[in-house]
Amino acid sequence: MDTIFALATAQGRAGVSVVRISGPSAFACASKLAGTLPPPRQAGVRTLSDSDGQPVDQALVLTFQSPASFTGEDVVELHLHGSIAVVSAVLRLLASGDARIAEPGEFTRRALENDKMDLAQVEGLGDLIEAETEAQRQQALRIVSGAFGKKIETWRGDLIRAAALIEVTIDFADEDVPVDVTPEVQSLLGQVKADVAAELSGFAAAERIRSGFEVAIVGAPNVGKSTLLNALAKRDAAITSARAGTTRDVIEVRMDLGGLAVTLLDTAGLRDGEDEVEAEGISRAIQRAEVADLRVFLTDNIDDLPLQPRDGDVVVSPKADKRSDKTNAISGLTGYGVPELISKMTERLSMMAQGAGLATQERHRSAMVEAITLLDQAERFVGAGSAHYDIAAEEIRIAIRSLEAIVGRVDVESLLDEIFSSFCLGK
Amino acid sequence: MKQFDVLVIGGGHAGCEAAHAAARMGVKTALVTMKRSGIGVMSCNPAIGGLGKGHLVREIDAMDGVMGRVADNAGIQFRLLNRRKGPAVQGPRAQSDRQIYRSTMLDIMESTENLSVIEGEVIDFSMIADRVSGVMLHDGSSISARAVILTTGTFLRGLIHIGDTSYAGGRMGDTASTRLADRIDEFGLPLGRLKTGTPPRLDGRTINWDILERQEGDDDPTLFSFSSTKAPQRQITCGITHTNSQTHDIIRENLSRSAMYGGHIDGVGPRYCPSIEDKIVRFSDKDSHQIFLEPESLSDHTVYPNGISTSLPVDVQERYVHSIVGLNTAKIVQPGYAIEYDYVDPRALNSDLSVRHVPGLYLAGQINGTTGYEEAAAQGLVAGVNAARSATGLGPIQFRRDQSYVGVMIDDLTTRGVTEPYRMFTSRAEFRLSLRADNADQRLTPIGIDIGCVGPQRAQAFSRKMERIHSARVVLDGQSFTPKEIAKAGIRINQDGKKRTPFQLLAFPDVVFSDIVHLSSSLADIDKVTQEQLSKDALYSNYIDRQQKDVEKLRRDETHTIPQDFDYDSVTGLSAELTGKLQRVRPADLGQASRIDGMTPAGLALILSRIRYLEKRRAS
Repeated sequence: MDTIFALATAQGRAGVSVVRISGPSAFACASKLAGTLPPPRQAGVRTLSDSDGQPVDQALVLTFQSPASFTGEDVVELHLHGSIAVVSAVLRLLASGDARIAEPGEFTRRALENDKMDLAQVEGLGDLIEAETEAQRQQALRIVSGAFGKKIETWRGDLIRAAALIEVTIDFADEDVPVDVTPEVQSLLGQVKADVAAELSGFAAAERIRSGFEVAIVGAPNVGKSTLLNALAKRDAAITSARAGTTRDVIEVRMDLGGLAVTLLDTAGLRDGEDEVEAEGISRAIQRAEVADLRVFLTDNIDDLPLQPRDGDVVVSPKADKRSDKTNAISGLTGYGVPELISKMTERLSMMAQGAGLATQERHRSAMVEAITLLDQAERFVGAGSAHYDIAAEEIRIAIRSLEAIVGRVDVESLLDEIFSSFCLGK
Repeated sequence: MKQFDVLVIGGGHAGCEAAHAAARMGVKTALVTMKRSGIGVMSCNPAIGGLGKGHLVREIDAMDGVMGRVADNAGIQFRLLNRRKGPAVQGPRAQSDRQIYRSTMLDIMESTENLSVIEGEVIDFSMIADRVSGVMLHDGSSISARAVILTTGTFLRGLIHIGDTSYAGGRMGDTASTRLADRIDEFGLPLGRLKTGTPPRLDGRTINWDILERQEGDDDPTLFSFSSTKAPQRQITCGITHTNSQTHDIIRENLSRSAMYGGHIDGVGPRYCPSIEDKIVRFSDKDSHQIFLEPESLSDHTVYPNGISTSLPVDVQERYVHSIVGLNTAKIVQPGYAIEYDYVDPRALNSDLSVRHVPGLYLAGQINGTTGYEEAAAQGLVAGVNAARSATGLGPIQFRRDQSYVGVMIDDLTTRGVTEPYRMFTSRAEFRLSLRADNADQRLTPIGIDIGCVGPQRAQAFSRKMERIHSARVVLDGQSFTPKEIAKAGIRINQDGKKRTPFQLLAFPDVVFSDIVHLSSSLADIDKVTQEQLSKDALYSNYIDRQQKDVEKLRRDETHTIPQDFDYDSVTGLSAELTGKLQRVRPADLGQASRIDGMTPAGLALILSRIRYLEKRRAS
């Protein structure tokens, strides 16, 4: 078994960066750099040096002896100063020894192989690692707890019952069994179809919780959209200036709004563009704003804009700092009205989030859409009478399978690939 | 000492098919049976085929086996079951004349080249080290063979029950033949216990047929064999009657005297073929059950009352039979009984039906936990072909799930084992829409030709048939028509602007061949039989394309072979239960492993990881 290593924390500048080494020669590899290692599970400060004895960094060194480690193998953690130069120097030194850089997800895979985690934990871990906000964390836990699996199990049970009713008329045709099972089969198919459709309608919100809601700030040029974005994000994400048309492309800022992940979009001011670049920016602004989950309009004359607010959108007046009547006005510059805007946005998004279903991934959605199509077909064939029961049964069988695929009863190879490819290196 | 390549013990349906298959493969074959008159005996219901089972017979026939031809020759009532459902689930069935079936089978066995029928009682295997190298007979002689196929049905601790009396069935009472059973015990094969039952047989002359509903056969019989052209025997009708509340009262009052309900039987019976006692206890809300009265022969008067198998004492059997309309004065010529027997857990077998730990030995038929003549015969075919190949130093032929019902059965048996006597159903075949009775020859005959178990006559007939189908297919695919043209020919179609070939039109469930002949005169020139065949192919073509993806997935999983010495204990994270199952089955590949009952994706992932790890380690 190879010994592997990788940076376990995020790439880039940081206070501390952790490099993890795992495998039979993990201790040997680490002591080449650090000299004598501290005893297992005790931290020790060591100077890491290269092969010429030149010091590279002073690091906190932790060792874990097999099997009492994350991967179940011997593991060493080097807590380095989080400089890009230090980290790459250490990785280079390790690569020149007996160890090799880990493949994506390889630490987790080893943990699985060594019985340190089961597959459900692996999947749950994936979601939890990805979780940025409270709502995402809760959602991930709900999935890990198997709520979606239970729901699918119910659908599966009903569909198996429907298929069994059809099969009995096929395989026991020469015996004393009901000839026409159409009504019961139709009612089972209809019920499951309605349930799947309901779950599907909660997909958009659930997917948003997972990947973040989009909120677009729109308005005429130079009404202070970028200033507002910066105020909301509490940092200078967008370049602001007194000149109209400063923002050309769409600027995105991630933020946490009451536990929900939100991507704020600052868009080009909506006007007849003065040059080609700006015109392109404006057309993009309109496109993005239209597909966003929520739009905040910064305007006094909503009718002048090429985009109209929908139910639930927020409309506020710009530049409160420059007006005497501050009713429904906001200022990114002074922060006037910003807390109210935040609470309004949070309220709107939370309402959307409430409709969230358990399906969160695109592959869940497409499986459910496929199942509904198949069940439609099955209903049609069942309705056409027993001559096409064999085809109806086939449609139901495939529908069951596409739903099962959601909880992972799929081709092992692709399941593994999917799980492990969604892990980033070293975790 | 006589020497053979393949030696088959038992002349039942598995034994006959196994011996004939081995002989067709060109190896020197012996069929050892207690007595010639026991060859091809139908011990239970005198019928061949049915749903799923008819598919098996067609597949055996496609490999040039014997069951289909014999059944066609002996058939006295043919019915195509599920005639009003899709062709994928239609199953040919025929009642056979018991005598004609037996004599036809014996004639074939005796006249087959490379095949010797030997009368004798096998009392033990001859062994060379761990390997079965032949058999010893009761008369003291020995026969050597490279491969031995055991097809002795219920002989392992077979026990017959009628009421509270029971006696050893088969040859178990005979002390000499317990040696064979002892030897099998010595092999340490995992055994289980099953039971099955038969109804009392009636004298047809004492049945009041005049007041009974009759069931006719089909006017245009659907035969089993692709090479048969007609049903030569006189056709008969069956009778239908029902049990009534009086019948049920008699049975209920005497339940404690039934062998099964009196606690004399431990074996598990089939859920789909319950005894009349079972039906009355389990479905107490039904006050009547259907009975088919099936004549067993044109030359004697025995009638098989299908639906009332029992293990009640004879006097109770008489009373309940007499309570049934039309049977008030019926004479029982042979009482019904239940039989219990040991079977070998088929998970101890490889997919060629060889015993994993006993080289040279194959098992086929009821001894593997199946029920039914067709299931037995299909196993006989598999064991016969593979024993012949191993005798000539060739590797096994695998029957695949996506290719045949035979493959489905073999995989089910060797992967999942059995919990009740295993019977074929169409719903066991996930590729049912392509595994049809009508295309069994297209699926299997080429393989049969390839491995040398199909004779020249059938091979030629098959190639002529395929030529007709291919050239007709060219006509069906070679032209396309606009929706307007199609509508003009009188076919209702979406005016979606899409051009369609005649074959694509036939894929619409409501379009039949007679609709499309108006499109082009070249279509009318195709002969009727080919028209029918292609209509069936077209009907399912969209689904078959879709299933092809599943087939590919299955094949992909099957490329991950699991070494036979794979150490499941070394896979940490597998539950003890799964580990136990895997060790029993020893799946050949990941595909087979995935079909083990209770297998989880996590378990498969662990196995796959381990295989990859071992491969990597071996490579480095």
